[in-house]
Amino acid sequence: MSESERKDTPEQAEFRAHCRDWLRDNHPGEPPVRLPQSAIEIMTEPQLHWLQAWQKAAYDAGLVGCDYPEAVGGGGRTDCQRVANEEMLAARTPFLPNVIGLGMAAPTIFYHAQEPLKERLLPRLLSGEDIWCQGFSEPGAGSDLASVQTFAERRGDRWVINGHKVWTSLAHFAEWMILLLRTDKSHKYDGLSYFVVPIRSALGKGVTVRPLIKITGETGFNEVIFEDLEVDDSYRLDELGKGWQVAMTTLLHERGGGELVTPRSGGLTSKTSFSPTARNLRTLAQETPRGGGTAADDPLLRDRIVRQFIREEALQQNQRRSRVPALQDHPMRLQLQYKLLISELAQDTARLGLEVAGPASTLYLADEHAPTGGQWPLAYMNSYGMTIAAGTSEIQRNILGERVLGLAKSK
Amino acid sequence: MTQPTNFGFGDECALLKDSARKFFAEHLPVDRLHALVAAHPDPEAPSGAPWRDDLWPAMVELGWTALAIPESAGGLGLPAVAVAGLMEEHGRAAFPGPLAATLATSYVLAAADSGTAALEEVAAGRSATLAFANAAGSWHAGDSPVSARGGRLSGTACFVQEPRKAERLLVAAQDEGGLGLYWIASDAAGVTVAPDTIVDLTRDQGRVSFEEAVAEPVGRNGLAAFHAAMPALWTLLAADMVGAGEWQLQTTVEYAQARKQFDRPLGFFQAVKHQLVDVMTRVDESKSLLYNAACALDHEPEKALQLAHMAKASASDMAAFASGRSVQCHGGIGFTWECYVHLYFKRQKHSEVLWGDGAWHRARLADILLGEVA
Repeated sequence: MSESERKDTPEQAEFRAHCRDWLRDNHPGEPPVRLPQSAIEIMTEPQLHWLQAWQKAAYDAGLVGCDYPEAVGGGGRTDCQRVANEEMLAARTPFLPNVIGLGMAAPTIFYHAQEPLKERLLPRLLSGEDIWCQGFSEPGAGSDLASVQTFAERRGDRWVINGHKVWTSLAHFAEWMILLLRTDKSHKYDGLSYFVVPIRSALGKGVTVRPLIKITGETGFNEVIFEDLEVDDSYRLDELGKGWQVAMTTLLHERGGGELVTPRSGGLTSKTSFSPTARNLRTLAQETPRGGGTAADDPLLRDRIVRQFIREEALQQNQRRSRVPALQDHPMRLQLQYKLLISELAQDTARLGLEVAGPASTLYLADEHAPTGGQWPLAYMNSYGMTIAAGTSEIQRNILGERVLGLAKSK
Repeated sequence: MTQPTNFGFGDECALLKDSARKFFAEHLPVDRLHALVAAHPDPEAPSGAPWRDDLWPAMVELGWTALAIPESAGGLGLPAVAVAGLMEEHGRAAFPGPLAATLATSYVLAAADSGTAALEEVAAGRSATLAFANAAGSWHAGDSPVSARGGRLSGTACFVQEPRKAERLLVAAQDEGGLGLYWIASDAAGVTVAPDTIVDLTRDQGRVSFEEAVAEPVGRNGLAAFHAAMPALWTLLAADMVGAGEWQLQTTVEYAQARKQFDRPLGFFQAVKHQLVDVMTRVDESKSLLYNAACALDHEPEKALQLAHMAKASASDMAAFASGRSVQCHGGIGFTWECYVHLYFKRQKHSEVLWGDGAWHRARLADILLGEVA
């Protein structure tokens, strides 16, 4: 029996048993399509539809959104999402496709929207029927998010939106977007407001979604252009000028620090999925001829490969320790490190993979001689998405220095 | 066997760690530590290895020497995670006594294949240390330069920790049966302690020479005992380093908050802020790996060797990094004798290489994880 299981309340224990029963009989099995590493890399309709069916089934069984009130489509339970997540991860389920919706839009809407809007949007968000995307970054507003220029001009009860959002994952599938924009050009922070806006139903009518091609040559995210998109004032979250505070709710939950636990499933690996892990690095080294033996015999490479094993173990143990209050000095200290550490670890491991592969690291996906099908250079290039998106590593270090160590804000 | 998700670190461990922190803070805060061990700067003169030996009876009374000793041998039989908690606080205080050496000795004794008399002595408060390294600094006990014939020891053990503070020596000696373990008073006839002049002001180290010194055999298979105990030794030393690393982090952060240049606290500048964050993440990785290794010693011994190598490798690199950054981020004052960071810098550099540095542990991990090179 796990530690968290021992601490279950009667409600959690009963719910855990329900999750187990349901998952035993309803695991969707091996996917019929190749799955990407994460939801934000979903590229095709068949991938999306299979994953949406999984989210809908898990939602209907009460495993997704269980801590939200019943009135907004939730399960009305207390601190049970954590339990469902543990059981879904243990059962090696597919990931949930509506990640932006569940992790960022749902808590933001829940804390800042009027009741009718919550009741309208949250049920289809939680079930995965409506995919959500996030309109924060702009060509001129990256790390300095508060400098967004997308503007909404008031016309009676309506707003007219013009602007340009970038790096918008899932926008090509999304029904809705959470949108940070400007309603007042004279104040940087207090001039920001926060809306939810329809995307799919407005395509060609004020909204254009264009795929951005990634450094790898793959599609993945998009740019979204607003040209005189008209929306009702009832789509505004919280008060006018409070957009920055609302955005903080979004970012807090994105970083795993919010009150509402984000529904999470995962663990199912399809046969062709690849990630730059120390184990894969070892396999590569053992299969790469070097001198009279293999790259795994080279003392310098051995030292560096072992370093990656150690860092991976450390990250896993950080997560384990983050649940032991007696072994922590600050409640957010380990949680806030996770994104920084896992993205830099993946990048360093992938880069080392290229060094291990040597000249063959020049070969890419379509080359029949490419080691591991050319996945190492792909993973290395993709790793920069992780160290840049959702707050660059530099921003992460600012957050850690300020929020955890209490150093003066750098601005 | 599976591991408890909380590392087995229960209320008893938390209580012990907390009381240790208070004990060190009350009896030897850093200003008094500095006054004690750094009173007379002179790089040419060997240190007198001062420490608060008047505190030892209280430490014994708290049961600290008996922690890792089985109840059957008069000890408390506490888990390795409890020892880790205590040693973390020991390192945070940069405590200069023979506690770490004594605990290390108790691990080797407990793994030995003979009676419990020596263990009972340690449990009752006798301080002790290990003598097994040769002049080249090999941490493989089988390379011990000491030999025994008919219970009499000869030869010179090097890199012996706290030789002037420990009352007993546990010696690995080549004898008729292979590598035997011998127990002898550090002031016995035929035993000479020649202190090294070392950089670390909070520790003592030396060469111990034996000339026909009569010692008591306490284990026939010393190689097996050392092999079994080394993961626990690396873990307890890693704990000391993690505690010291946290002190280096917090102290440097406080300085970066207080010290102003260009009308801003140092920590405002990202060149400083980001370095301190990197120190924090390294300390945390080492701390997580530390409790992981300690928990394996308690619950999954078949994985303890690998995880203890990871803990010490990580702690060694972290200690070097945190030490460098703590001096650099203190600027000019950090380069002086009067700023306390030098005490921890020196202690960490000593711990970094003691019982194997990062590269040494990674080379052994490589053999486990990647296979040995033919």
